[in-house]
Amino acid sequence: MKNIIEVKNLTKKFDDFVAVDDISFSIPEGEIFAFLGPNGAGKSTTIKILTTLLRPTTGTVTLNGHDPVHHPDETRRSFGIVFQDPSLDDDLTAWENMEIHGVLYDVPANIRKQRSEELLKFVDLWDRKDNLVKEFSGGMKRRLEIARGLLHHPKIIFLDEPTLGLDPQTRNNMWEYLRALNKSEGTTIFFTTHYMEEADRIAQRIAVIDHGKIVAVGTSAELKKKTKTNSLEDAFLSLTGKTIREETSNVADRMRMRHRVWHR
Amino acid sequence: MIGSLAQPLLFLLALGYGFGSVFQKAGEGNYLNFLAPGIIGMSIIFTAIFSGMEIIWDRQFGFLKETLVAPMSRLHIMIGRTLGGATVATMQGVIVMFISLIFGFHPVSWLAIIPAVGIMFLVALLFTALGTMIASLLDDMQGFQLIMNFLVMPLFFLSGALFPLKDLPSALAIIARLDPLSYGIDALRALFINGGHYGLGIDFLVLGSVTLLFLWLGSYFFKKIQI
Repeated sequence: MKNIIEVKNLTKKFDDFVAVDDISFSIPEGEIFAFLGPNGAGKSTTIKILTTLLRPTTGTVTLNGHDPVHHPDETRRSFGIVFQDPSLDDDLTAWENMEIHGVLYDVPANIRKQRSEELLKFVDLWDRKDNLVKEFSGGMKRRLEIARGLLHHPKIIFLDEPTLGLDPQTRNNMWEYLRALNKSEGTTIFFTTHYMEEADRIAQRIAVIDHGKIVAVGTSAELKKKTKTNSLEDAFLSLTGKTIREETSNVADRMRMRHRVWHR
Repeated sequence: MIGSLAQPLLFLLALGYGFGSVFQKAGEGNYLNFLAPGIIGMSIIFTAIFSGMEIIWDRQFGFLKETLVAPMSRLHIMIGRTLGGATVATMQGVIVMFISLIFGFHPVSWLAIIPAVGIMFLVALLFTALGTMIASLLDDMQGFQLIMNFLVMPLFFLSGALFPLKDLPSALAIIARLDPLSYGIDALRALFINGGHYGLGIDFLVLGSVTLLFLWLGSYFFKKIQI
């Protein structure tokens, strides 16, 4: 099975702070892979590097055979991403958001329309296609972003803490869509989370990351066996220790809090 | 849109009618006519800088993030955004112009409107590009307040929008000369009421070159945005 994502000795430093410390992993095509770790572990930084938003300090990344640093545009066509914070245009309708994405990714008009319809129906938003996105709930926005991220039929879909802030029904729905997609299209799914049971239930393989290092990689069963524990949570705590992580509020966190005051 | 028209309108009416007779007595003519280009400039600079600054918010929570991850050149994204912002700012300027017409603003010739809109667009482009450049360098909305108070307000108040540039004390005259908005408003005055100070040619030259400079700087810093 071909490896669709290969990361070798990836390091990312922000001035003196080492966010990602010499990590290596590979993901075969069609796998559902999770990055599990506490806040500040380096999960979001890694995803940003994989998705061309940040440049590595050292190390190599290969995504679907492309180098995100030197060939960002080809790399970008290979993946779709659902960010932690919504990146939709609130003043447009759901349909219009899909259309813009299709134009940005050079999806021809007739294919665009057909796929937009399929995907909106897939995430149960077809009857809301002409509603403005600002009227959508958090869960609906997340579903729309998933539909949008898949419009150009990428081989990989990245999700950064996708169910943070969602209710259980929406969470369940979302994973059902994604798993169905993985089964039928073989789309590789890479997600980050700090919810144990989500990683346990959904991911085929998990990498536990802490303080910028990958502490262990394997299936949920393998991790439990390795740490001689009965639950993924215990395995995780055994691997990462019980001290609470030192965190500093960064700009994004502050803006997110302000955003929550004024919006849903 | 209506909300953002309130401030220029207030300035126009309060200052225009308030200072009207004093200005007339000082031999400078009709203050409303003099003031209107200044107020048009005001609405343009504020709208333009604001739309450029929206990037700070947009890049974490908005559509900008989607465009940064799409297979599209950053330069194209920046140009698109800047043109869009400049168009909105120009339209604000045009609306303010029409409102001033209703309240007694009397241009020398109606034909002047066409080149005037061109100047408005140039000014809008200049300040949207500036806003984009500043926003690309800032991380936080806190910087936004600072910029508004220490950059945009001085640029507006010291540009001759509200007072004539003739016979200014030398310090103010120098500052006004360094302010790109002065040339924009001066050009509008030259076109509308034949009352320019620097000369239309110089206005155009300065505006054109500063706009190009800011566009270049804006795109340079925009390309460097990291989320």
